[in-house]
Parts: sequence; structure tokens; C-alpha cells
Amino acid sequence: MKQSSGMTLIVKTVTRVSVWLIILYGIYIILHGHLTPGGGFAGGVIIALAFLNLMLAYGRDFIKKWVNISFLHDIESSSAALFLAIGILGIAFSGYFLANFLSGYGTLYRLYSAGTIPILNIVIGAKVSMGLFVVVWALSIFHIDKGGK
Amino acid sequence: MPVETWLIFVISFMILGSIVALELKDLLSSIIAIGIVGLGVSVSFLFLQAPDLAIVQFLFEIFALIILVRAFIKKDYHQEKPSRVNKILVGVTIITLIAVFFLSVNIFKSLPAFGNPLMETSEYYLAHGAKDTGSANLVTSIILDYRAYDTLGEITVLFTAILGALTIVRIKSRSKDSVEEQL
Repeated sequence: MKQSSGMTLIVKTVTRVSVWLIILYGIYIILHGHLTPGGGFAGGVIIALAFLNLMLAYGRDFIKKWVNISFLHDIESSSAALFLAIGILGIAFSGYFLANFLSGYGTLYRLYSAGTIPILNIVIGAKVSMGLFVVVWALSIFHIDKGGK
Repeated sequence: MPVETWLIFVISFMILGSIVALELKDLLSSIIAIGIVGLGVSVSFLFLQAPDLAIVQFLFEIFALIILVRAFIKKDYHQEKPSRVNKILVGVTIITLIAVFFLSVNIFKSLPAFGNPLMETSEYYLAHGAKDTGSANLVTSIILDYRAYDTLGEITVLFTAILGALTIVRIKSRSKDSVEEQL
């Protein structure tokens, strides 16, 4: 078995199964942020750790083929703008910045409740996960560049 | 056993871990000993009934350990010589700490009892949070509704950190074209 990059075959096989479960768990934590402990930050870090797991197991070149890094950076930047846009919608509908203008809809303890809080959780989850992964990606390139000297 | 006993146990374990991390010669073992401190903070948040903070602390501890191990496992480029202990400085430090402790005994007496905070704002959040925002998790209702400006600031900090990291990489790789096209 030819090993091009990354870790051994055992690690790659286990990662291939477990990464999807980790990403699913992160999405669950983000979507249920207004009902159970967790939220956008915690779920975002879980998703970033899943990507990091993939990068450590399969190597840097595989990640570069599998996902488009500049697209991840675009997601991260646009979710920051989306957070501001939701805040400005609060001015338009309720009178002040980041107002919860949807809070009257939905019932307590159900998934559809709490107005803008789940939307903001999803935005923060996208922001944190993609941001942390792009930082780790940049640092790994930096390390290679420094070692070649 | 009461919560305070467990907290004292966990905190003394954390202090022991940080002393071990300072004294160890091997850098990798030292990094793993630092991990004891972060996990101890996470466990003590669990004992204080703050699962949100415990989850975030636990995940960021794993993240920081992975980055530290990845950065230092290749080559051990931090060779520190054993420094000489300045006895006057150590004496001044210990005397100052003891003086601060004895001068602040009165403050410890006037603090509220453990587990009985005197904060009116948090009382308001506990009483009205679910009705005002419709969110069952009160921590989320605070960070995304009552204190949403704070979250906006944290997002801005993260955005600026990413911009800084990418800028440093671009400057570093300006001379080498192969790294430039990877981004």
C-alpha cells in the first residue's frame, strides 16, 4: 500500500467514517443552541476540529483538492456581513440595532422559537468554523515555508 | 461532598500540573502538562453548573493543544538554559504577596457566601429571559439578545485575527511563488 501523505491506513479509514459524525454533531449543537448547552461558538469549533482531523489524517494536499480554501474564506467573510445585516434589519423592524424582531413567533422549548437567535447562531457557527480552519491552514503553510529555509 | 471540596481538589491538581509543566525538560511533555490546566478549568465549570462554558473551554483546549503539538513536535528549537534564581527578587515577591493577602482579609469577609451572588441584573435575566426572548437556553438568550453587541465584538476580533494571519503568510510567501498559489 503506497502512502503518499498523511498518517497510516488505519487512521485514514477511521477518519473517513468519523468525520461525518463529528460534522453532524457540530450542526446539531449549532441548531439546538437556543434549547440545550452549546451554540454557535461551540458547534463552530467542533466543525473546525472535524476539518482539522481530516487535514491531520490525509495531509495538506488532499484538503486542497477536497475543499476550496478561498471559498471557505468567502463564507467566513460573508457571514460577518450577514450578522451586521440582521442587526440592521432589527433597526428597520423594531427600532434598535440587533433587536430580536421575530421573538413573538414560535413556541418555547421547540426548535422553531426564539426569533433571530437561531439565525444568529447559524451565522456565528459558519463564521467560527471556517475562520478557525482558515487560521490553522495559514499557520500550516507558514510552518512549511519556515522549515524550508 | 460539597462542591467546594471538589473545586479545591481540581484547582490544586491544576496548580500541580502547571508547576510540572514549568519544571519538565522535554517540550512535548510540558505541553501535555499544560493541557491539565485547561481540562481542570473545564471540569470546574461543570462543577459550578455552567455546561456552556465547559463545552467551549474543552473544545478550545483540544484546539490549542493540537496547534501547540503541531508547532513544536517537528524540531525542538526552544533550548532554554537553567536560569539563576535571584534570591532578593524571590524574597520581595513573597513578602509582597503575603502583605497583599493580609491587607485584603477584610474584603474576603465582606464578600457574599459561596453560591449566593448579589447581582440584580442576573436575577432579572433568570426571571424574564425566557419570556422576553423565547429562548429556553438563558445563556444563548444573553449572548445573542441582551448582549449581542458583545458577540459582534468577538466576531470582529476573530475576523481581524484571520486577516492578520493571512497577511503574514502573504508577506512571507511573496518571494516563493509555490506557496502563493496555494492560497
